[in-house]
Amino acid sequence: MKTIGVIGAGTMGRGVAQVFAESGYKVVLIDVRQETLEEAKSFIYNMLRLQPIINKELSNNNVDGIMKNIDFNCTYKELETCDYIIENIPENLTLKRELYKEINKFYREDCLIAINTSCLSITQLSSFLRKQSNVMGVHFMNPVNLIKAVELIRGYHTSKKTIKEIKALMSSIGKESILVNDFPGFVSNRISHIYINEAAFVVQDRVAGVKEVDDIFKKCYGHKMGPLETADLIGIDTVVDSLEVLYTSYQDSKYKCCPLLKKMVYAGKLGRKTKEGFYSYI
Amino acid sequence: MESIKDRVRAFIQKFYRGKNFTDEDDIFALGFANSLFSMQLVMFLESEFSICIENVDLDINNFRTINRIVSFVQEKKVG
Repeated sequence: MKTIGVIGAGTMGRGVAQVFAESGYKVVLIDVRQETLEEAKSFIYNMLRLQPIINKELSNNNVDGIMKNIDFNCTYKELETCDYIIENIPENLTLKRELYKEINKFYREDCLIAINTSCLSITQLSSFLRKQSNVMGVHFMNPVNLIKAVELIRGYHTSKKTIKEIKALMSSIGKESILVNDFPGFVSNRISHIYINEAAFVVQDRVAGVKEVDDIFKKCYGHKMGPLETADLIGIDTVVDSLEVLYTSYQDSKYKCCPLLKKMVYAGKLGRKTKEGFYSYI
Repeated sequence: MESIKDRVRAFIQKFYRGKNFTDEDDIFALGFANSLFSMQLVMFLESEFSICIENVDLDINNFRTINRIVSFVQEKKVG
């Protein structure tokens, strides 16, 4: 059984840990905050237990067995045992650089590293890691267990072998890989964050309410979710961080963050994860 | 003391401010609710009414309308 090191147990990391554990992999889940690990444990347990309500084909017959595939009490030293590492910490270059300095001491020479980021340059991030040919970007979407595709990002030094193996790994957990080249924001966020940001401006300027903006996208364009619901799902802080990266990278004013989004972050209205964003959740 | 119906309605209403729906409206068919909401609803019912929702109960038909949710909670509390 292959071992996957999942670093970061927040919104994305816990979803990633769940899907690998469900597919029979041994998962080493690491986070610097014990509280986050405990929340992740409870979240994954409930997701596994309740998933038949989402889709009758999803089973919950082996919840305890799947939970046993995840080790929640690990340190970076356990990365020595990992065949793959999926890194999911926040979209912050300084934080990632600090983390990589630490994990460089532990992972094996043959370990492949997937960086789960929605906007930071994979080529730049891999320069902080050992063996850049073994590194590539894998942008999982939230909720990880329900979205059937990932955006795969080829860094400048990523080898063909790494691409092939990571594609096979994604396929083994039921994900289709869509391969793109490395440029900040790749395809997904480079486009989606423009319309999320503009949607926030529309609300700020009182052109329309939150519901009306989302309804236009859902009822007129046929999207499953509106841009503001999507922002709540991603996390408003993450959206602001991503816009900052895009603006810094391209120096283009089209990525200047809407003041309303920043105000929401200051107010702690981060979306679903704080139960209050553009919408209320409980 | 608030009735089961009031507590359930208050929970759902928090998610969908400004929406009007009757006790018989199918909240899933109306497009109010998505898959993540359904899981949050189940967890709310468990903690709010101290009931344990088992595998056989995990049928979305138990949770489609406020009236069905109320009946379901009452049955579980009796059971």
